[in-house]
Amino acid sequence: MNLTLHVWRQPDAGSAGRLERYEARGVSPDMSFLEMLDVVNEGLIEKGEAPIAFDHDCREGICGSCGVMINGVAHGPMAGTATCQLHMRSFRDGDEIVVEPWRARAFPVLRDLVVDRSPLDRIIEAGGFISIATGNAPDAHAILVPKQDADSAMDAAQCIGCGACVAACPNASAMLFTAAKVSHLGVLPQGQPERDRRALGMIAQMDLEGFGGCTNYGECTEACPKGISLETIARMNRDFRVASLRARPESAAAAGAP
Amino acid sequence: MSIELKSNVPAGPLAEKWDRHKFDLKLVNPANKRKHTILVVGSGLAGGSAAATLGELGYNVHCFCYQDSPRRAHSIAAQGGINAAKNYPNDGDSVWRLFYDTVKGGDFRAREANVYRLAQVSVNIIDQCVAQGVPFAREYGGLLANRSFGGAQVSRTFYARGQTGQQLLLGAYSALERQVAAGTVQMHTRTEMLDLIVVDGQARGIVTRDMVSGAVETWFGDAVVLGTGGYGNVFYLSTNAKGCNVSATYRAYKRGAAFANPCFTQIHPTCIPVAGEHQSKLTLMSESLRNDGRVWVPKQKGDTRAPGDIPDAERDYYLERKYPSFGNLAPRDISSRSAKEVCDEGRGVGPGGRGVYLDFADAIARLGEDTIRERYGNLFEMYQRITDEDPYKVPMRIYPAVHYTMGGLWVDYNLMGTIPGLFVIGEANFSDHGANRLGASALMQGLADGYFVLPYTIGNYIATHKLAKVDASHPESRAVVAQVNERMRRLLAVNGTRTVDSFHRELGKLLWEHCGMARNAEGLRTALARIPELRAEFWKDVKVLGTGEELNQSLEKAGRVADFMEFAELMCRDALVREESCGGHFRTEYQTSDGEAKRDDERFAHVAAWEYTGDDSPPVRHVEPLTYENVQLATRSYK
Amino acid sequence: MSTPLAFARSTVGRKVIMAVTGLLLVGFVLGHMAGNLLVFKGPEALNGWGAFLKSSALVLWTVRLGLLAAVGLHVWAALTLIRLNQVSRPVAYAKRVPQASTRSARLMRVGGIFLLVFIVFHLLHFTTGTIHPGYTFSHTDVYGNVVSSFQVPWVALFYIAAMVALLAHLTHGIWSFFQTMGWSHTRYNPARRVVATVVALIVSLGFIAIPSAILGGMLR
Repeated sequence: MNLTLHVWRQPDAGSAGRLERYEARGVSPDMSFLEMLDVVNEGLIEKGEAPIAFDHDCREGICGSCGVMINGVAHGPMAGTATCQLHMRSFRDGDEIVVEPWRARAFPVLRDLVVDRSPLDRIIEAGGFISIATGNAPDAHAILVPKQDADSAMDAAQCIGCGACVAACPNASAMLFTAAKVSHLGVLPQGQPERDRRALGMIAQMDLEGFGGCTNYGECTEACPKGISLETIARMNRDFRVASLRARPESAAAAGAP
Repeated sequence: MSIELKSNVPAGPLAEKWDRHKFDLKLVNPANKRKHTILVVGSGLAGGSAAATLGELGYNVHCFCYQDSPRRAHSIAAQGGINAAKNYPNDGDSVWRLFYDTVKGGDFRAREANVYRLAQVSVNIIDQCVAQGVPFAREYGGLLANRSFGGAQVSRTFYARGQTGQQLLLGAYSALERQVAAGTVQMHTRTEMLDLIVVDGQARGIVTRDMVSGAVETWFGDAVVLGTGGYGNVFYLSTNAKGCNVSATYRAYKRGAAFANPCFTQIHPTCIPVAGEHQSKLTLMSESLRNDGRVWVPKQKGDTRAPGDIPDAERDYYLERKYPSFGNLAPRDISSRSAKEVCDEGRGVGPGGRGVYLDFADAIARLGEDTIRERYGNLFEMYQRITDEDPYKVPMRIYPAVHYTMGGLWVDYNLMGTIPGLFVIGEANFSDHGANRLGASALMQGLADGYFVLPYTIGNYIATHKLAKVDASHPESRAVVAQVNERMRRLLAVNGTRTVDSFHRELGKLLWEHCGMARNAEGLRTALARIPELRAEFWKDVKVLGTGEELNQSLEKAGRVADFMEFAELMCRDALVREESCGGHFRTEYQTSDGEAKRDDERFAHVAAWEYTGDDSPPVRHVEPLTYENVQLATRSYK
Repeated sequence: MSTPLAFARSTVGRKVIMAVTGLLLVGFVLGHMAGNLLVFKGPEALNGWGAFLKSSALVLWTVRLGLLAAVGLHVWAALTLIRLNQVSRPVAYAKRVPQASTRSARLMRVGGIFLLVFIVFHLLHFTTGTIHPGYTFSHTDVYGNVVSSFQVPWVALFYIAAMVALLAHLTHGIWSFFQTMGWSHTRYNPARRVVATVVALIVSLGFIAIPSAILGGMLR
């Protein structure tokens, strides 16, 4: 099939960008969306034009590297699917496809469809962990975790950090990403000691990075390739509210401990 | 300078070696640790866990990854699980059994002491990961669930749905980010290592390229740790992520690190078959599917009937037929080769005839669709997304694909390569899997190296070596930087007619043909003749646009493919010299009358480690004999 | 690390402020609506209720100031978040197709501002009597004020329009309240939508009944 693409081209972070039109000919329905872009790029290189830069790596929907806005929908028309696993059979011959990078103040474009998602790492840095040093952890069976809790932790832990939730949110909010981690660790017994600190720290960092706020639209969940639910956001809201109410100022002595 | 392969395995009974060794290792004064800088390249299970742990210990760590976040390293794609000798199900597992299975599974081409240590620390890994909040699957009683995996006769595999690698990596990543916040680790994302700086015979630094600005930078430290994964992408089509490459380990090889057993590559039996020329990578379907799926092809050649129309009597469940006791769970190399055989006989299914069925109809009838959905739901969905076929109704089509590379840089018991100060961990080293890796053991090895082995052994190196300060003004550093820049300049200057990918694809096909699932001397010689030609064409005709001072994905790929072009030759050379069949290395000349691999323990019970001697002279093959004091060399039989 | 200031500065904190003040205001409009329905019992009932509400200046002003504070905080949180959300995506998409958001959610901003305008009008209209199109305002004859003003079609229609906006606002707002307070549970989540929609319908239909009845000539 033949398609017309309108792809965002931008040489670097400092330059202006614009949509450029490309014809993709002889596209097979069995190609993935990224393979279609590969083919377009091969043609561009042969013509001496700069290929379209886009992030990608595992191409099996788990690393979270890829992700573009396809016809106004994050990761394209197929629900629960990252861009790399979207196949061209989701399109029809003659379709026009607009391809844009994730857009958010917190995600500046580096080139073409490549954006800087390092704010997501910094949100994790601000508390998305359990403080346990390597070695001498208690036996794995020392802590019982009800299956339901393990399952719901896993539901949230599946987040691949692609940033589609931010891209899809009308407010460019990172609530779903942040909530997925808060929720994953918050429902497990291992996560309890730091639960308050985690919610407060991660939300403060999220705000600091310049993401928008949540208005409960639900666009994030819809765009999420892993279907992380809005319930995670509710859990994070609760953790934040509870933590804000009961947090005591740390005593100077305690804060100084390593 | 010739290489000496000293394994440095400590003396004493097998079960006590590691504990004794740990006591013998010198320690670094806690107050001094922050004065020692360690460069960790790669942020997967091995690199990420090592960087985090070294940071916790107080070292000054720099960690590098080419992805935009350490969380995206390819360990994330591992599906099935992680082995550990916990014996929670009480089915007869033990450290010894895991050790034995791993040595046997590796077809007796791994170092006993390393494997035993791996089995020992496997139990700590599970404890560590659970404490980090890794949401392993659990039973209703709240205890961890286990399953049998990849040919093991005990249930020792821990898993988190079909995303075990992801969850373990996110655990390591969270530990890493905690250290980043604590200031002990500096993370350098979108930064690719392009070369190693060796000063006075010791690994002291690396040269990197900032993949956004293009800046070429140097970093120095007391030791360099490579956790840069395997080289499966030399085949172009593999289950590896697109960015996986051999450059870091190959550059180290060219600076003096011996490369061990490069011909040991693992072909995973259950991947989705190739759909067409545009194919950019292959997708693995977890081997756990073989627990409930039955593998078959039609008995008749060229049978084009729909699978449902072929009656049971006309189906060949060839794994169950050939290996009655292991059946569909036969180890990876055996399953892969059997699939190739039936396809070579013309009984393959699907477009191009390169595929076999993995059928769940019986399991669905026995256990119900809901149980199957619970076990494999996400895998089935993935299959359906890619192929547009519903595996609940039609059998899956699978075919083997390159998946893992057991070969890697040679390391001693301390995980140090032949260049002092260069440590190699995870898939990047050769150490634990011999000629074939068992399912769910890669995650185990990556984390064992990173969490529990390297942090001890690297301390000993640092404590026992007094190192002079080195910086970018050192003549060696300048020379390496100049070479790196010159190479990039050359790649950009060719301005030929063919894309990097087209060369990579051609190289991949050549290797798959001659150095893939089955090899022979003639094919390997053909490949060895063709690779240098192809390399010459590459350097004459490749087209890399743009400049080095910008985000330039073609330039990144070109550098990696240029290294694959050289590495491929080493791989074929190794395969040619190893005149035996063992594990993933199957030489058609060396097989039994019923088509099974024929090992030659007389001549080849050793590790082959290659030393680079210059672009114009052949590499030198060194040998580390493998002595088995605790297990009996046996013919692997899964019948 | 958490102070009231930090709480109010946080996007989530401001949402909680909106949720709590929103709940107060929902309570208020429910009571307000129920009181208003006394109009159907005749002038005495309604005027008596009006007089009762004003019987204690202390209570009256406490409630009034409380409501004013709630509205103030609610609007402050909303406006600052709207501003933040606008700057969080400096370059708009050339093409964007919403996938999940409900119309009521997307109307929160415009609808909220419309309701704010309405509240100002409403206070000038029925509380202070500053606006009294075509009749004389009385501080004691609430019934008279209501009937006379809703006989003016544009006034009645304006009120009905505002109550439709309130319907949309509460449909998303009440559901959103549960979400923001963190009360989410797969088992009870479907009920959140039902509760939100039912409460929103009761409030808005209760209010709409009055101008409709007057326009239709049922009350005079």
